[in-house]
Amino acid sequence: MDAADSDGPARLAADAVMARWRRDPHALVQILRDTQAVTHWLSRPLLAHIAGALGLTLAQVEGVAGFYRFFHTRPVGRTRLLFSDNITDRMLGSETLLAQLCARLGVAPGEVDAQGRFSVDRCSCTGLCDQGPALLVNHHQVVTRLDAARVDALADLLLAGTPVGQWPAEWFAVVDGVQRADVLLGGLADDAPALPVVLAQSPQALLDEVAASGLRGRGGAGFPAARKWLACRDAAGDLRVVVCNADEGEPGTFKDRVLLASHADAVFDGMTVAARAVGAQQGFVYLRGEYRFLLPQLEQVLARRRAQGLLGPDACGISGFDFDIALHLGAGAYVCGEESALIESLEGKRGTPRIRPPFPVQAGYLGRPTVVNNVETFCAVAHIARRGGAWWAGIGTAQSTGTKIHSVSGDCARPGLYEYPLGTPIAQMLDDCGARDAQAVQVGGPSGTCVPAPEFNRAIAFEDVPSAGAFMVFDRTRDLFEVARHFARFFAHESCGLCTPCRVGTELVVRRLDKLAHARGAGQGSAFDIALLHDLDTALHSGTHCGLGASACNPLRDTLRHFGAAYAQRATAPQFQPDVDLDAELSSARRATGRDDAGAHLHTDTPA
Amino acid sequence: MNAPVASTPPRKLRVATVSLAGCFGCHMSLLDIDERLFDLVERVEFDRSPLTDIKTVGEHDRCDIGLVEGGLCNAENVEVLRAFRDRCTVLVAVGACAITGGLPALRNHLDVGTVLQSVYGRVPDDPELPLPLNRVLPIHEVVHIDHALPGCPPPADAFWQLLQDLMAGRAPASAPGLIRYD
Repeated sequence: MDAADSDGPARLAADAVMARWRRDPHALVQILRDTQAVTHWLSRPLLAHIAGALGLTLAQVEGVAGFYRFFHTRPVGRTRLLFSDNITDRMLGSETLLAQLCARLGVAPGEVDAQGRFSVDRCSCTGLCDQGPALLVNHHQVVTRLDAARVDALADLLLAGTPVGQWPAEWFAVVDGVQRADVLLGGLADDAPALPVVLAQSPQALLDEVAASGLRGRGGAGFPAARKWLACRDAAGDLRVVVCNADEGEPGTFKDRVLLASHADAVFDGMTVAARAVGAQQGFVYLRGEYRFLLPQLEQVLARRRAQGLLGPDACGISGFDFDIALHLGAGAYVCGEESALIESLEGKRGTPRIRPPFPVQAGYLGRPTVVNNVETFCAVAHIARRGGAWWAGIGTAQSTGTKIHSVSGDCARPGLYEYPLGTPIAQMLDDCGARDAQAVQVGGPSGTCVPAPEFNRAIAFEDVPSAGAFMVFDRTRDLFEVARHFARFFAHESCGLCTPCRVGTELVVRRLDKLAHARGAGQGSAFDIALLHDLDTALHSGTHCGLGASACNPLRDTLRHFGAAYAQRATAPQFQPDVDLDAELSSARRATGRDDAGAHLHTDTPA
Repeated sequence: MNAPVASTPPRKLRVATVSLAGCFGCHMSLLDIDERLFDLVERVEFDRSPLTDIKTVGEHDRCDIGLVEGGLCNAENVEVLRAFRDRCTVLVAVGACAITGGLPALRNHLDVGTVLQSVYGRVPDDPELPLPLNRVLPIHEVVHIDHALPGCPPPADAFWQLLQDLMAGRAPASAPGLIRYD
C-alpha cells in the first residue's frame, strides 16, 4: 500500500492502529510507528487525519513525525535498508558493502529507487557490533554478519521483489555472544526464590537491601539506585511510574539487547521489585526502535507473567499491589536515552530533554513521580532482592559494587559480552578478548572516555574509568583522528536541535575536522584550526542544554590530549588557510561576464 | 594567537578600519562614542579608514589594530581583508555582517550571474570592476580573526570597551549587556 494519496487505505490503517492504542494522544510515537509499518511513510494529509482523531494539532503531530529518524515524511522505498554506521561497522567494511549494494541496485545512499521499490541509507549504531556489519530492514528486522556474498544475494532478492519474509532465516540470526558470564549473565539460579516470595518482604525492606547493596545506575551516570527510589517514593502524588530504559543507543553498547533477549524475566522482576518499593502502579519498557525484533518475545514473556499472576491486579498475590508493564518503542533518536527525553517520548512528544529540576523522581511521566533505571540495573535488582544487599556489596570495589557487563567490539579476536566485577583493569579485559596491539579503547561509547595504551592499567569503576557498557578496541593500524571525526558526525546527526551550542557547535566541529581531513586535497589545516577545536570543546562542555551536547566533544577532547600527533600532522600550514576554494567562488561571475583576466581570479591559498 | 598590544604605549597605537560588504553602520556606531573621540585621538592614530581617506593599509608602519566591518562579497573585499590581516597585529570582526555575512548574504541562495543579469540587464564586464563571489562569506572563513564584536551595529559603548581593552593590552571582554546578537 502507498500512503501517497493518503485517503482510503492509509487512513483506514491509521484508524485501526489508533483504535488499538485507544486513541491515546500519549501513544503518538507508537501510533506513528505502527501506522508507518503499513503505509511506509507518513504524508501530511495522513498526519492531519491522525491529529484530528487524537485531538492534537497538525503542528504537534508533524513536530513529532519530523523529530524521529525512523519516521518518513517523504516517500521512501517499499523496502528500507539502513546500514548500521558505528565506527566498528566501518572497521568491518560496512562502507564498501553499502557501496556494493547501491551499485547493484542503481541507487545512491539516501535515495529511493525510481520505481519506489527500495531505499538504502545509513543509521546510527544498531547494537550488533560483535556480529556486524549489520543493517536494519524496514525498522523491523536486522540482518547481521554482512559480507560481499550476502550483499550480492540481498541485491538479487531486492531486484526480484522477494518479500522480506522469504529471505533466508539465517540472515536474521542474532546471537547473544556471551564470552564471560558472572552473576547477571549467569542468570538466576534454578532454586532461586520466586518473585512472590521475594516480595513478601516489606517495601521498606526491599529498599533497604538495594541501599545496602550500594547499587549504582548502569546507564552511565552511576546515580545510587536506592536514593532515586527513595526520592520517588517520598515525592508527592498518588500514582507512580517505573520505567526501564532500554533505549540502548550509545554506539558500541549491546548488553541490554542480550539481557532482554535471554534474561527478560530478571529485568521484569527488577522492575516489579522497584514498583513495590516505591509504590508504583505503571511500568514501561522503552525499547529502542532498532530492537523492534525483540518485541514479540518480550510481549510473550509479559503475557506469561500476567497469566502467572506476577503482573496485573494484586500482582504476586499481594493485595492492593496493582502493577503492569507496557512496551513502548523508540523511533531512532539517540537523545531519548536521556531519561527526561525518554519520558517526553513516552508521552508521545518530541524527545527533547527537560530542564531539571523537577527531576523525574518528582515529576516524570505525566507529572507523576517516576523511577527510570537501565535494563542492567533492574537485572541486578532481581539478584539483589534474592541474595541480599551485602552479597552484592561484597563484589567489586567499595564505591563501585557488583559486576558490570561490557559490550566488547573492534580490534579483538573474541568480541561479545564480558561481565566482570567493577574494578577490573582494562589490560585484563583486553587480554581476555584477544586484543593484541591495542592503542586505545573507547570506554562507555563516544560520550565516554578514550583510554590510551599507557593507561590500560586503569580500572573500570565509577571512581576510575566509568562505563555505560561499551568497550571498543582500536589497534595500531587505526587512525584515532578518524575515530573522533566519526563520533563527531554521530553527535551532529543525533543533536535534538533544541539549543544552539549543540545544534550549531556539533556541526562546526564536524566541518573543522572535515577541513583537516580533506579540505581541498588536505594539508590546509593549521594551528588556528586546532585552537578553534579547543574553543568549541570548551563551548560545548559548558553551554549546552543537556548531557548529549556536553559530552559530544569528549572524543575530540580525549584524542586531542592523547593523540595530538594525529591532529598535528594535519595542521602543518604555517598560515590560516580558507576551507573554501576562493577562485571557484568567482566561477558564476566569470561565466556571466565572460571575463578571464587576472582580476577575475583569486589565489585561494594564503601565502606563508 | 591573540597577540597582546603593548601596554602603556609611549607612542600612539595605529588603528585601521574598513567597511567591506557592510553599510557603514558600524562605523557610525563607532563615531557615537561622542566626546570620547577626543580621548581616543590622544591615544591612537588612524591609518587606512573612511575617516582618513588613506587608501592602503599599513603602507609605512604596521597597524596595531584593524577593525573590519562587513563580509566578503567580491574579489576586492578578499584582497583588502588579506592586506588588513597582513598589516594588522590584532584583527577584529566588527558587526553581524563581518561575523556571519549578514544582510548581504541573503543573496547566497541565488546565482550571482542571474542576479547581475536581472539588476543590470547587460552584465557589467569592465575589468576595472571586482567580480562578485558566488556567496557572501563571513571574514573568518578567509583569514584568522582575533576577536569579534557582535551586534548590528555593536553599541558605541561596546566599541569603546573594546578599544580601551586593546589599548590596555587586555583580551577584550564585553560586558554581557554590550553583546548584541540582533
